[in-house]
Amino acid sequence: MVRPGEVRMNTVRVPSPLRSYTGGAARVSASGATVGALLGELERAHPGVRFRMIDEQDRIRPHIRIFVNQREVASLDEAISAQDEVHLVCALSGG
Amino acid sequence: MASTLWIGTRKGIFTLRPDARRRAWKLGGPQFLGHIIHHVVQDPREPRRLVMGAKTGHLGPTVYTSQDRGRSWQEAKSPPAFRRSAAGEAPRAVERVFWLTPGHAAEPGTWYAGTSPAGLFRSGDHGVNWTPVAGFNDHPTFAKWAPGLRTPDGELLHSVRVDPRDPRHLYLAISIGGVFESTDGGADWAPLNEGVAADFLPDPDAAYGHDPHCLVQHPLAPDRLYQQNHCGSYRLDRPARRWLRIGANMPRSIGDIGFSIVTHPRDPDTVWVFPMDGSKVWPRTSINGKPAVYRSRNGGGRWQRLDRGLPRAQAWFTVLRQAMCADQAGRLGLYFGTTQGEVWASTDEGDSWRCIARHLPEIYSVTHAA
Repeated sequence: MVRPGEVRMNTVRVPSPLRSYTGGAARVSASGATVGALLGELERAHPGVRFRMIDEQDRIRPHIRIFVNQREVASLDEAISAQDEVHLVCALSGG
Repeated sequence: MASTLWIGTRKGIFTLRPDARRRAWKLGGPQFLGHIIHHVVQDPREPRRLVMGAKTGHLGPTVYTSQDRGRSWQEAKSPPAFRRSAAGEAPRAVERVFWLTPGHAAEPGTWYAGTSPAGLFRSGDHGVNWTPVAGFNDHPTFAKWAPGLRTPDGELLHSVRVDPRDPRHLYLAISIGGVFESTDGGADWAPLNEGVAADFLPDPDAAYGHDPHCLVQHPLAPDRLYQQNHCGSYRLDRPARRWLRIGANMPRSIGDIGFSIVTHPRDPDTVWVFPMDGSKVWPRTSINGKPAVYRSRNGGGRWQRLDRGLPRAQAWFTVLRQAMCADQAGRLGLYFGTTQGEVWASTDEGDSWRCIARHLPEIYSVTHAA
């Protein structure tokens, strides 16, 4: 929950394959009440980054994992609390 | 005249630039190291422009464009993507941008892209923004034409060809699905597979479901089509609709299986193929470990083996469908790249070959840029 006057801001940890979109930054700030809303804000700040992670049917791509704190999320509808840390992970792409 | 071979590989893009006599070649790159590059294509209408289909092992598919002959690249703002699926409809998502074709000369900025799973997309702004071609992707028969049968790299839409006489006349091919034609700019499509074998289908006369590996249209004689198929090599002279199996004229010990097929840019009757082993369990290597190009000078009536300079034995590579091309030089240059990362060149129409690069990653495409 975000209390009145409180600034919602989440830290997003960015894996190396996506840092070309964030100017090389490994951590950026974004906010949103859900994973989808946060990724929408991330896209506005770093155009093109969302489609590399999320397909046109709003599904997380096969080799991308998204964690909120230590919990892996399964859908973009999952809620995010203020101050949660979002961890984008590239995983298991083969040789 | 500037001349460059663009080499798309499983691990990035490389360039090869020749000296004036095309004897010495300078290797450039890699650019986009680690990216999976299926196709790099120059725009013949504006030669400074290039378009490239890319993804990485982790990340989704995208397109990059260049306005300075490949010195710098910009990512597309809206890469090819299917429309949102309706409720109850199987969701479709582009996994790779596999094929790129510049549009008609009278439509500057227009490009077509073929994807895996099969989808046709169009850009009207040099590849920056892409939209689905609904006439094909949402055709009432699409689900039968492209049922999602997956080749090892997924279902592939490729070989989009634009008739140089008419921008509304299009061909494309799907592995597995067949060859299709549109005469109305992509609003409607029809199969064009009569006479083509599909020995993996129960119906020997199926209208679609075939496995074309590469379809080419001769630029000076656009009614002349060639097709290298999973089940043989074919020629079709429109308006006829029945393909002729020109691979039947190949030596029986070689057969007519392969991925790539290339025509001479100034002679519709001259065509080259790189046969591969399609026996038993389909090794898809050069046959008996002895790679050779075959050339026909009469539209596939007779074939000549061309292996001078190529390894004599124990060379087990494959040449993929986008990995063989010709340049436009008066003394024609021919080039192919192998799955083992070698690029081979001929400046005598295939009579002899020289290796001009080796130790590259697995090569997916070799294209010539003037």
